[in-house]
Amino acid sequence: MTLSQIRMPVSVSSSKLIYDCLKAAGVRIVSALPETWLVHLIRMAEDDAEMTLVRLAKEEEGVGISAGAHLAGVKSAMLMQNHGFLASVNGIVSCAQLYRIPLLMLISHRGEFGERDPWQTEGGGVTEHVLHALRIPYDRLDSEEHVGRRIAKAQTLAYSASKPVALLLCRDLMWEE
Amino acid sequence: MRRVDAMQAVYPDLERCVVVTIMGAVAAELQSIGHRPNFFYLQHAMGLASSMGLGVALSRPELQVVVFDGDGSVLMNLGGLTTLARYRPRNLIHVVFDNESLLSVGGFPTATATGSDLTAIAAGAGIQRTVTVRTLDEFRASFAEALAANDLTTIVAKVEAVGPSGYVTDLSLLENRYQFQRYMKNLHNKE
Repeated sequence: MTLSQIRMPVSVSSSKLIYDCLKAAGVRIVSALPETWLVHLIRMAEDDAEMTLVRLAKEEEGVGISAGAHLAGVKSAMLMQNHGFLASVNGIVSCAQLYRIPLLMLISHRGEFGERDPWQTEGGGVTEHVLHALRIPYDRLDSEEHVGRRIAKAQTLAYSASKPVALLLCRDLMWEE
Repeated sequence: MRRVDAMQAVYPDLERCVVVTIMGAVAAELQSIGHRPNFFYLQHAMGLASSMGLGVALSRPELQVVVFDGDGSVLMNLGGLTTLARYRPRNLIHVVFDNESLLSVGGFPTATATGSDLTAIAAGAGIQRTVTVRTLDEFRASFAEALAANDLTTIVAKVEAVGPSGYVTDLSLLENRYQFQRYMKNLHNKE
């Protein structure tokens, strides 16, 4: 069975909206590690000749790639699951925060109410606490109506403050079930 | 071969490159030879220098990027070798100085001291051009070949486990960061 044959109720319209907002924000490099909620976003990046998609082995690499891209003058974003964010913490602290790198992190927020996969249930409970502990400004994306504004405002703060910011892609936005 | 001598041997070539190094001895030694605004020293985040180099290389294909990595750092980001291989930036030379130890924290042996072969690992990850060098002449020649080849190359340079007495230099981290960014921005504006 190929990926496209597996029926996954990930919202195409929300994914498209998020993707269009990233494009409008000038993002030209997206680093990503596949996760269910990100399948459409990753495919959109892959199919877009104006976007460079960097498929990673581990999410922390994306911090380095975004840091290099920023210093080289190119806007980027990271797509990852919250467990990928947890796996990236050292890079976020000792590369992006230490060197004042604007980082736009889009984190699929697995493990909240409605989560059926037992293995996802720990990460959801700690993600926001870790963001707080790292003093990373963040907001939740849980409705299409505020996606555009929040992505634009998050990127604005990332650049004005020269620091990582995060947007949590939540179940109500990403999962149609 | 001493690492500082290896960097000295290719130093003239670095003037037209964008250089990203790892922390500690590599950064201090390159600065002792002579800092340039096109050199960036990632003074923490072990493992991510090669990822930063990839980010620069993909963003600015017209620039020649050189990463000075180390065995301890590359061992922390072996997956990054597969990412380098997958995107194969033609404008990136990845030098790994392998002294088989974590010198700056007391010289504890890394896995390359007990048989792990970073050249074979890089080749196995899919990097087409890989080489191990053990002498200054070999290093100088392989670096020149990599520049001429115009292709992603990983050079594993076996070096002595010796380094400077200290690692803190006069160049502050943020000063280096903004200077490096401005260097690439100004290149852009000249085009």
